[in-house]
Amino acid sequence: MTVFLEVIVSVLLVFGSIVMLIGSIGLAKLPDYFTRLHAPTKASTLGVACILTASMIFFSIQQGHVSLKEVLISMFLLITAPVAAHMLAKAGLHYKVKMTDSTQNQHLAKKAYLHENPDDK
Amino acid sequence: MDKIRKFVWFPTPYHSILLWLVWQILHDFSRGHMVLGAVFAIIIPWIVAPLSEKEAVAKNPIKALMYTFRLLIDIAVSNYDVAKRVLQSNHTLKPAFIAVPLDIKEPVPLTIFTSSVSLTPGTVSVELSDDRKWLYVHVLHLEDEQQLISLIKARYEVPLKEIFGC
Repeated sequence: MTVFLEVIVSVLLVFGSIVMLIGSIGLAKLPDYFTRLHAPTKASTLGVACILTASMIFFSIQQGHVSLKEVLISMFLLITAPVAAHMLAKAGLHYKVKMTDSTQNQHLAKKAYLHENPDDK
Repeated sequence: MDKIRKFVWFPTPYHSILLWLVWQILHDFSRGHMVLGAVFAIIIPWIVAPLSEKEAVAKNPIKALMYTFRLLIDIAVSNYDVAKRVLQSNHTLKPAFIAVPLDIKEPVPLTIFTSSVSLTPGTVSVELSDDRKWLYVHVLHLEDEQQLISLIKARYEVPLKEIFGC
């Protein structure tokens, strides 16, 4: 394995880890349930994508043929991550989780809970 | 009332191809698994097809590829924005709910649309209204409501309408 490729793999790994770290920090520090939802679902897209690309380069060279399993992992992740986020948000809505006071349009949350149109009275 | 179905060899041909490809990638394209994968790709759609609706086919594959590509770029770009927001103070944050009016009604394009909204950092789709005319979205940081709504519609909904031709 050449030095050049090793550097690329390491940079991708470090960058992916930094993105995941920021996602975890966001999960810990953001003010309420709905804003916290944003941080980890995002880290799992870009962060994991970087780490998987690094893994793909590394194992393609080590095994001598193109390793495509990582493409599958990222595909499944891209399909399931938004569904999980959606279900979590829905659950939060149902339990009427408290939002930070700075949240705009709080009346829309109530409408969403009732599955109503926003312009219904 | 029982509905009698006509037997079809390949009820969902694109799903069969996808299933076969995924099986091959999982087993590194060995010959035995090519046969086994083909058997699965034929039998599983027989069992599953009556359970779901008709297979949705992208009428414009090139546009679909471009859509995927642009979605990936959007994910990367807005990840940077969210990272910046996370590292700043909580007091500067302006979270909000918005309601996005929808033009598409078919289940598959709608699923892709809501998933795209959830995947791009900063927005999570929360709930659909009963008549499927509105999508409620939670935004991490909202500056201009109308601008964001028209951005979401122009970037994701319009190309999806073109791809699925609805």
